[in-house]
Amino acid sequence: MTEIYTLEFSWFLIFVVLLTGFSILDGFDLGVGIFHLFSKSDEERRLMLNTIGPVWDGNEVWLVTAGGALFAGFPDVYATLCSAFYIPIMLLLAGLIFRAVAIEFRSKQPMAWWRWMWDLLFSGASLVIALGLGLVMGNLIEGIPLDNQKEFTGDFVDLLHPYAFLVGILVVALFSMHGVIYVLMKTEGALHDKMREWVNPAIILFIMMYAFTTVTTLIYFPHMADAIKERPVFLIFAFLNMLAIANIPREIHHNRDGRAFLSSCMNIACLMALFGIGTFPNVIRASNDPELLSMTIWNSASSSKTLWILHLIAAIGIPVVLAYTIAIYYIFRGKVRLDSTSY
Amino acid sequence: MDVEILARIQFAFTIMFHYIYPPLSIGLGLLLVIMEGVYMKTGDEAYHRMARFWTKMFAVTFAIGVATGIVMEFEFGTNWATYSRYVGDVFGSALAAEGVFAFFLESGFLALLLFGWERISPRLHYFSTIMVCLGAHFSAIWIIVANSWMQTPAGYHIVGEGLGARAEITDFWAMVFNPSSVERLLHTVVAAWLTGAFLVISVSAYYLLKKRHKTFAVNSLRIALIVAAVSVLLQAVLGDMSARGVAKNQPMKLAAMEGIYETQKGAPLVLFGIPDSESASVKNEIAIPKLLSFLSFRDLNAEVKGLNEVPRKDWPNVMAVFTTYRLMLLMWVLMVLVVASAWWKWKKGTLLESKGLLRFMIVSVLFPQIANQTGWIAAEMGRYPWIVQDLLRISEGLSKSVTAQQVLGSLIMFTTVYLFLFLMFLYLFNEKIKHGPDEPEEETPYHGLHSLVGGIGND
Repeated sequence: MTEIYTLEFSWFLIFVVLLTGFSILDGFDLGVGIFHLFSKSDEERRLMLNTIGPVWDGNEVWLVTAGGALFAGFPDVYATLCSAFYIPIMLLLAGLIFRAVAIEFRSKQPMAWWRWMWDLLFSGASLVIALGLGLVMGNLIEGIPLDNQKEFTGDFVDLLHPYAFLVGILVVALFSMHGVIYVLMKTEGALHDKMREWVNPAIILFIMMYAFTTVTTLIYFPHMADAIKERPVFLIFAFLNMLAIANIPREIHHNRDGRAFLSSCMNIACLMALFGIGTFPNVIRASNDPELLSMTIWNSASSSKTLWILHLIAAIGIPVVLAYTIAIYYIFRGKVRLDSTSY
Repeated sequence: MDVEILARIQFAFTIMFHYIYPPLSIGLGLLLVIMEGVYMKTGDEAYHRMARFWTKMFAVTFAIGVATGIVMEFEFGTNWATYSRYVGDVFGSALAAEGVFAFFLESGFLALLLFGWERISPRLHYFSTIMVCLGAHFSAIWIIVANSWMQTPAGYHIVGEGLGARAEITDFWAMVFNPSSVERLLHTVVAAWLTGAFLVISVSAYYLLKKRHKTFAVNSLRIALIVAAVSVLLQAVLGDMSARGVAKNQPMKLAAMEGIYETQKGAPLVLFGIPDSESASVKNEIAIPKLLSFLSFRDLNAEVKGLNEVPRKDWPNVMAVFTTYRLMLLMWVLMVLVVASAWWKWKKGTLLESKGLLRFMIVSVLFPQIANQTGWIAAEMGRYPWIVQDLLRISEGLSKSVTAQQVLGSLIMFTTVYLFLFLMFLYLFNEKIKHGPDEPEEETPYHGLHSLVGGIGND
């Protein structure tokens, strides 16, 4: 057994934290995008768009930085992941481009066709991004065929199996629920009431998908539970996850939208933790020979010198980033109203 | 077509499209700091409106710059997986630093810049402007450090053999301050200042020609001309530094840039000519004897290495490198011309009547853009056949599991998406310029931001 608490482990932890930050923060942006078209009036759409207005751009940077962290710390993983998931990643990139531009351009012209075009692109792009991320995660749980040079040996069709789509739909449901709760927290009046109607179906959909995916995972990919069997202490994450999910409708019932949102964040963090624990120490599991060919955080990492430098960069940079990110969220706190600074 | 050429075309296309925007952000960022700085110092509302107008322009370029930049980050992994494995240990830390130090700073404070005019104090707003400008400059630092390392690798050693070989870092600061990074960084950043300054020059000249927003245009033009004048002079020094660096560190790139086929002492500088790699000579050349040796090594008789030093198959595309390099220099000359004549007419007080010059100034927005593109083409194509100079060949850097169809498919996708994006960008930019800055008599507490984020329906 290799020594676990190493530089590799700690950098992997930082990577997972970055990814969790992205899922929590950009998760609600994507959610808002996914159900954007359900709202029919232009004013409501603008209100929803403006709940994420000042922050979505910074939220996306979490993904960019997570990508950089992966490239730097685990270049082999980054290389195999990107080249194996070529088409999903290209679609993801197209989604990110369209989303950014749609948010920026939509409200700049008054014509109905102009706004509808960007609304469709915004919503479609958000859906594609969420689905794509889920598809990649589903494949990482199941594993992909690798050779002994860490190269992907399958083709695109291998990535399109039902389980990956199941995880994709779970992510869509998760982000939708997260987004509805976020809009609930950031709005008042008629839109707030509407979100209260939407939030229950969103929660029910998520819980159904969550339960079904969990059962499917345990039946078909029992290796995801190995680590927990080995160290039952990790069950705490599953327990916290349940508590967080159960707490969401309770807080909403009591009109405590902020706390409901925090529970939703907690839910995402627990899900990411369970994913990380389940796949560890593999980052990319080799479906053809998991024992021998899987890419772990040990056999795919950069040199310890580089990992040291990266830790230093993170130690200097991340506290500063967190400080001003919190400050910015604080400045834009409170309910959103349309004014002249809005999208 | 095979994967290699398709992947190269895709990288070239996506990076060239991307590179329209970041120099604008960097240059406009600097101008915004100056404009808002003048406002902070004098309290002159005119400069406040000016800063607000250019912030709108900044927002549009920034959005597209970020969206197309993410593509670049992931393209290393999708198309150039073997390269990523090889350089990840060295290159990756620069990229991670870029995310942590530059992108968060830029995107975070941009929120305050755009949405914060009414929410935060002017001082904090000015601080945000400075942070956004700094963030833009930081992002230039790390990516150019990474690229320069590919030109002149330093601070690394090679570990492993054959397919498993990779570069590992031995000295972080030697990697950061590799032989070419400082001069190339300065050269690129000053080029970005020119890009921003000439956009402002162009838009201001348009208003002057149309006799609209005169005060605004004159004030903007003054700032932009000063920045352009300083930058264009600096660029003479920095360009010379960069070229001498290439002569020292990458002699074959210099040979391609200057069309030197045979190693020779006292090499001439070819002003014009048509390089022909078939016959290994430059046709119809007009050359100044010994000047290249002098410019490169400060010695009239210094030896300049020619392409005959390396096998024929390792020659860069001399025609392309030679031509783009000269185009870049020509653009510099044109920029000097614009700045000098505008300055002269301004002093004489006849700038507003000089219709021809104003039209020339409107077009001048293209000069730094063309210089940026051609300069980078020369720099990158001149490195052929290496993806990392003398360590890794371009052909060895590809993704092994990616097929030509996949690359072709994504290339078609990017071409379509970017074409659409570019048209939308031009349309919106044009609308904003036609709409112009808000004039003082229309000013309401919120007015300056209407068309920035509110849309016309809100006016």
